[in-house]
Amino acid sequence: MSAAGALPELADVYWRPRMTPERLRRRGRAWTLATAAHVVPFLAAAIGMALLSPAALPVSLAALAHAWLIPALYARRGATVTRSLAPSAEEPERVSLGLLGDLVDHAARDLHRRTGLVPEPGRLGTWLVGEAGALLVTGRRVSCWCVRATDPEGARLPSGDRVAHLLLALRSDEEGFATVANLAFSGARWRVRRRLPRRQRAALDAVS
Amino acid sequence: MSRLIRMDGSGHTTLAEWTAEDPAAVEAALGAFRAELEQGSIAMVSRGPGHAEHVRELPLDEPLVIMRRPIAGG
Repeated sequence: MSAAGALPELADVYWRPRMTPERLRRRGRAWTLATAAHVVPFLAAAIGMALLSPAALPVSLAALAHAWLIPALYARRGATVTRSLAPSAEEPERVSLGLLGDLVDHAARDLHRRTGLVPEPGRLGTWLVGEAGALLVTGRRVSCWCVRATDPEGARLPSGDRVAHLLLALRSDEEGFATVANLAFSGARWRVRRRLPRRQRAALDAVS
Repeated sequence: MSRLIRMDGSGHTTLAEWTAEDPAAVEAALGAFRAELEQGSIAMVSRGPGHAEHVRELPLDEPLVIMRRPIAGG
């Protein structure tokens, strides 16, 4: 990716330190710690209650359910960044998809047609760019970024243009893109995959 | 023939077309480019797969210049 020129949008988030691979790893570890901090107490309570008294088994099961549900809810929030927005009229959609198709290769076009996500390899990992956010796959971790084109027409950009906006910004300054975007979730790939719409799972599976 | 386009609700709109041999078309393109910048648009040139560049002046020798809206965290 070109390193020439920082994203102009960085001026709107001047207080944020610029994203780097190391900073990304630290934020990932922080998410893992936060997940553990939610899960471990509930697991400990579940085991402790079960050992104390069989009569406490319902409470124990409720604690187990909490240990499962809380990370699942976070992952679900993360997975929503790939959601499709309401489509525009047929002709603008067709035109915008034509422009997007000119920006990517055949394999990316095909994956976008099937999943709504465009793969984009970068320095931080492999991105899957959608209309209102992007997934960043780094090994077994997926980071979910909420980011979109500001639209003076009130979210009436066609879907291809929404993706193209993010793709062009990402390509011009990947670390700036990750600085401007909001990190909605970072965690295990399987957690995010379970929460993705079925058709989008193929996009995650396509990234090794 | 070079083109200046803006991504918008119609898919995209062609704002200007020019060749270096046509000064009037170049002037019109420069005017359209400046007007878009004043409205907050950002000019991009695609450099092939994986590469794009933010440009602050209209690159007259580029075949396609794309105006996009700013992005923001959701």
